[in-house]
Amino acid sequence: MLESSAPEKDGVATHEVAAPPGTTPHPIPDADAAVTAAAARHAPPALEVRGLTRFFGRKPGEALQRLADGATRDDIAHLGTAAVVDAEFDVRRGEIFVVMGLSGSGKSTLIRMLNGLLEPTAGSVEVMGERITGVSPKRLRAIRRDHVSMVFQHFALLPHRTVLDNAAYGLEIQGVGADERRERASRILDRVGLAGWGDKMPSELSGGMQQRVGLARALAADTDILLMDEAFSALDPLIRREMQEQLVELQQELGKTIVFITHDLNEAMFLGDRIAVMRDGRIVQLGTAEEILTDPADDYVAQFVQDVDRARVLTAGNVMEAPRAIVSSSAGPRAALRTMRDLQTSTVFVVAPGRRLLGVAHDREVLRLVQRGERTLDAAIRDDIATVADDVPLSELLGSAVEHELPLAVVDDRHRLLGAVPRVTLLAALGNVPATTGELPAITAPATVPVDVITETLRSTEEVGADPAPGLEEALATDAVAPIEGSRA
Amino acid sequence: MNEFRLPLGEIAEGAIDVLTDVLDGLFDVIRAIFAGFYDLVDLVLSTPPFWAVIVVIAALAWFAKGWKLAVGTVAGLVVIVGVDQWENAMDTLALVLVSSAIAVVVAIPLGILAARNDVASRVIRPILDFMQTMPAFVYLIPALILFRVGVVPGIVATIVFAMAPGVRLTELGIRGVDREVVEAGQAFGSSPWRILRQIQLPLAMPSIMAGVNQVIMLSLSMVVIAGMVGAGGLGGDVVQSLTRIDVGLGFEAGLSVVILAIVLDRITGAFGSGDRRPRRTKRADAAPARRTDGPAEPAERDPELASTT
Repeated sequence: MLESSAPEKDGVATHEVAAPPGTTPHPIPDADAAVTAAAARHAPPALEVRGLTRFFGRKPGEALQRLADGATRDDIAHLGTAAVVDAEFDVRRGEIFVVMGLSGSGKSTLIRMLNGLLEPTAGSVEVMGERITGVSPKRLRAIRRDHVSMVFQHFALLPHRTVLDNAAYGLEIQGVGADERRERASRILDRVGLAGWGDKMPSELSGGMQQRVGLARALAADTDILLMDEAFSALDPLIRREMQEQLVELQQELGKTIVFITHDLNEAMFLGDRIAVMRDGRIVQLGTAEEILTDPADDYVAQFVQDVDRARVLTAGNVMEAPRAIVSSSAGPRAALRTMRDLQTSTVFVVAPGRRLLGVAHDREVLRLVQRGERTLDAAIRDDIATVADDVPLSELLGSAVEHELPLAVVDDRHRLLGAVPRVTLLAALGNVPATTGELPAITAPATVPVDVITETLRSTEEVGADPAPGLEEALATDAVAPIEGSRA
Repeated sequence: MNEFRLPLGEIAEGAIDVLTDVLDGLFDVIRAIFAGFYDLVDLVLSTPPFWAVIVVIAALAWFAKGWKLAVGTVAGLVVIVGVDQWENAMDTLALVLVSSAIAVVVAIPLGILAARNDVASRVIRPILDFMQTMPAFVYLIPALILFRVGVVPGIVATIVFAMAPGVRLTELGIRGVDREVVEAGQAFGSSPWRILRQIQLPLAMPSIMAGVNQVIMLSLSMVVIAGMVGAGGLGGDVVQSLTRIDVGLGFEAGLSVVILAIVLDRITGAFGSGDRRPRRTKRADAAPARRTDGPAEPAERDPELASTT
């Protein structure tokens, strides 16, 4: 349910976290074009918006000139309202593109220019490679009919028609025959969970169900692009969450391009593959949810993201740290012990070739192996560690983090170790504390065997058959009192 | 002081003179059409025996609202028969129906135009004010000149007087349609004509029907004035009773007008907002129940219409 909605998003996020701090991609449109899906590289983007400006007032020419000279919205307030100023972005095919801003930030004006309901004062919009600014009304209607449908904040259903006829409205406009459109609309109604409600009137449905009809109407029209104008804002929170999840599901299934307008940052973060943050008619930042959360472009955005439910947005892959306490299973107990001593930790991740995670090894057991002169680590490998997929949101890590003292191992679908999420990291991510930049070992469990004991053991075992180091027995004797880290798990 | 004198009266007189001279033929055609229309409706209403007409009207009332209205209608119409005003009442009904029909046919397109075009709206509004507030006797004079004595100047004067609420309520109704719903039509690529037909008119229908109801009511209020120019009917009897100081005749004719008015109002009111009214959006339904049986007075309707905007 909560998996992020597009594969490329995870790719971006992972790279980003893996990159050293400070190199986070800049929120410039097209800067991250490298991650665009291969298909999208050949076809034009679903929407291409260039220099889009809409001014409500009597002297648009003068206003545009002054805006071009760098005037702010307030500077030209006496001339009129610059609802949208110089918006520029591409919406890739198959992504959920969220435009987020407070009321009055111009987002509703922006979305209405994307399908030509409003004519821009300047700039252009291309839908699937076709310019819609300045075309004839007839052509514009055809583009809307075939490429862009819309879901409205207050549902905008036709109150005098049944649910089924409402859902079939787009098809009706497209000229699909009565029987076929009813059949197709009824299939979509089933899909959005309204099976059996087709004969009801919209007023007999609850708000959430009415919006499902609105969604069904847009989906039934089978257009490439869905514009959603504050589509879930009028719904109560529980229904809203449900609808968000359903939308993500439908999007994955149908591969629609969705432009979603919202004033709710949590919603934006949850839905958006990419998010454009608008303020006073301008897009102040454009990037993935993680980019906006971890690297806000200015104070405004920073303030905005303060209240975000980070646990729902960030994933294990976003916050994980590079696992440094890591040994290869082929390296043997001595190498493992040395790594633990150098990092001053009691446990290491043991991986097979190809970074496949086998488990963890604890220092006491490795010490015994070394002492016994064993050549392989196998006997010391324990699987008392929690593994999570990298796209799991932090909210779902909390339970495991409570149960396991060891850091959570982040693995990909082939069980390869990608990183680790220690509790400290989890807390830092949730509390929006800057991530540590120091070279701290990802495994924070402190060593349970004193360093000098390890060093002594390593030295003494170098000569085959040498006596165990003095003090070793003593250290091992504390086993009974000092519980080994992680053994309670 | 008498130096300052605007020659508006002379201008109006001159304009009417020119109209009579130049467009005499046109007015004759209009006269023929209106008169023919009136005669046809009057024939339909007056030819059958009174009970047949009563049954038809009662059936209509039943269909529009229910059996109570049907019973009331029968009772009222029987009273008209009882005071020997049936033929006059049918003449008047024909006059009202013809004028209302023509007024509505003109008013609704004008209302649609005004709703879609701000300039048209700004031009039409003062004209409507003029038509509605100018004393009816005043435009009765040119109507008499242009159409001569008879039923036609009555019809024309009635149309002029009664048309305004039809235009206004149509415009208000269409402008009051939820902007988002209209946008939905546009967003799915519907043509303006189709949006008008499939979205705006159906959703504005309660308001438009209220307008039709008002047109009919105002037409009825004009029957006496129409009677003065020879339109006959109940109006003619009222005028006669006035000249003869005949209290009895005046009361009977006046009562018949009232009965006719109530019957027409209830039936058309029910068509507009009663059981047959199209279903509304949830928000409109959440508003206090509006299936009132009361007369559709503008004062009662306006807040309601405003709430749908």
